[in-house]
Amino acid sequence: MSIGRSLQRIPVHPAAPAAIGLALALALSACGGTTQDSQDDTDSGSDDSDAVADPDADYESGLSLAMLPKSVNNPYFETSSEAAAEVVDELGGDYEYTGPSDATASSQVSYINTVSQQGTDVILLSANDPNALCSSLEQARAAGTVVVTFDSDVDADCRDAFVSQVDDDAVGETLIEMAAEQIGGSGTVAILSATANATNQNAWIDVIEEQIETNPDYADIELAGVAYGDDEDEKSFQETQGLLQANPDLDAIISPTTVGIAAAARYLSSSDQQGEVALTGLGTPNQMREYVEDGTVTEFALWDPGELGELAVYTGAAIASNIITGAEGETFTAGDLGEYTVGEDGVVTLGPPARFNAENIDDYDF
Amino acid sequence: MSVEAGRQGRDGLHLSRFATWDVAIIVVTVVFLIFAVTSVQHFGTSQNATFLVLELAPILLLALPMTLIIVTGEIDLSVASTVGLTSSAMGVMWNSGVPLETIMPLCVVIGAVLGAVNGFFVTALGLPSLAVTIGTLALYRGLAFVLLGDTAVADFPRSHSSWTIGTIGETPIPNVLVPMIVLAGLFAAVLHAMPVGRAIFASGSNRVAAAFAGIPVAKLKFWLYVTSGAVAGLVGVFWTLRFSSARADNAHGLELTVVAAVLLGGVSIFGGKGTLPGVLAGVVLLSSLQNALRLANVSSEALTVVTGSLLIISVLAPNILGRVRGVLRRRLRRTHVPAPNP
Repeated sequence: MSIGRSLQRIPVHPAAPAAIGLALALALSACGGTTQDSQDDTDSGSDDSDAVADPDADYESGLSLAMLPKSVNNPYFETSSEAAAEVVDELGGDYEYTGPSDATASSQVSYINTVSQQGTDVILLSANDPNALCSSLEQARAAGTVVVTFDSDVDADCRDAFVSQVDDDAVGETLIEMAAEQIGGSGTVAILSATANATNQNAWIDVIEEQIETNPDYADIELAGVAYGDDEDEKSFQETQGLLQANPDLDAIISPTTVGIAAAARYLSSSDQQGEVALTGLGTPNQMREYVEDGTVTEFALWDPGELGELAVYTGAAIASNIITGAEGETFTAGDLGEYTVGEDGVVTLGPPARFNAENIDDYDF
Repeated sequence: MSVEAGRQGRDGLHLSRFATWDVAIIVVTVVFLIFAVTSVQHFGTSQNATFLVLELAPILLLALPMTLIIVTGEIDLSVASTVGLTSSAMGVMWNSGVPLETIMPLCVVIGAVLGAVNGFFVTALGLPSLAVTIGTLALYRGLAFVLLGDTAVADFPRSHSSWTIGTIGETPIPNVLVPMIVLAGLFAAVLHAMPVGRAIFASGSNRVAAAFAGIPVAKLKFWLYVTSGAVAGLVGVFWTLRFSSARADNAHGLELTVVAAVLLGGVSIFGGKGTLPGVLAGVVLLSSLQNALRLANVSSEALTVVTGSLLIISVLAPNILGRVRGVLRRRLRRTHVPAPNP
């Protein structure tokens, strides 16, 4: 009884909780009117470019490197990690592969904090968000850690270098070259792409079109058209069917997307045109293995995630050893991979994609 | 009931006061922190302490109103989605040129409104809170994606985003610790030192009895949901500035961590029981355990297993303890009751 009565004496004021929340929010906010337009970027470009590179230096031994994938238990990153671990071993350093099991930026922040606490010399990171990781990466760099992103980049101000897997020209050129080889240099070719406004795919298709028009090697090749499977399995499957019906004399399909090429291969492998219409593009060995074995596909391409991991290690170790600083135009030697030059915005590009065929496909697992 | 048994009962009460789950969890947390500082490399550094506070801040803030709601016998599973939706709203407002000083209180208001929707369904329509908040969990997350889609708004001013991860002057004390302590103190006072707190416990132990005692149970619960939403809105602001990125998937899945921490802190999922200090210990234990395991290079899969097991233990152990205590008490009583045939 007494509880109820005393509660009535001190009633919960209807607006009390909201008022508390408001007061807190107001307390949190600073003075003045900060809007998107009014903000002044004070110290975003404060790069420590005072370091001078010594291109003749050797890779230091005893470096500690940690690879942080978008998430663990991803075969793509595990391939990168295995290759990276071998290179670190050769260089005489310590290697660790760690990361969250869910591919979100906030859980990745915890792992960045952890490895920078552990005093790691180099972080090799595939970022889940271009901006959300910046503050923790800056803290890590302030503590002397070299940050190299690979596969997926962050804002250029928050890392020392980015190891990119793709060079648009090289991808486009490889795709048309493979198609030309498989149809004997002349015939009709169609493209099965992802969505109509997919940035990467459109850049590669532009290169393919340009090559067909200008390169004398492809003078006898005609482009029948581009179909869009929207990176959906079912849609890509139907679009393949549509392409073959609309162009009865089609000689080859190029699909520059892993979803498209797998769906097209599935259609072709059960159709009359199996082996008659060539299929090539970008695919993963695990998806494409059965179609290479049954003769639907002769050769396709993708960058090798192992080589990507190796190059990331060499790039990180080169910066930590002061061979490069990450500035444009610097060169370094990445072991068996050869010599690399740092491009604009600290980007190091792996090179032309790796090709997979019946002879080498069993060497890859991703 | 004999006088003897009555005395035993009172003794049992004294015993239970010192052997309850929340006291146990506070002791375990302190022991674990001492252990981690002394034997996990890099755990005891001031920078790691800062990281730890930043990591547990959203969990702790959301756990405060969650504790009160669970004590009344209800639950709010939509908190993380509310964080996501306010974060998205913040991004949209920032993009359309609204000043941050207006956006921040507005986000808290938006959170409060979202909480009021939960409160309305639970109290006015009398629907089970588990079902309602699972529904709004999906609904609010969906609306967040409607607002921002897959894009992120990331150009928040550095002055604000660095405040959220900054420390007070040269000390290692994070700025956010101050509002955290203020809010925790406020909620502890409400739950343990004010009549409202007693009303909250009463509503959770026995709804009908509470109503007969003149407690406006429905009104009380409604305002608890509003408070929960407002705090989630505040966390949405913090989360967005801390990662300097407004995204629809911010704080995805965080509600489970919050509920886990509250239950680990000794709050009964059936309502009517729990203390705020216990919950604070639960939050600290859960976060510092994960932090320490990561520093010890334990894989993230093992980490999830540990969190899951802790949750099961925290639900099971008080039940088992209660049963054991009950059996002991009955045995004690039996031995003290004079035998009818001497």
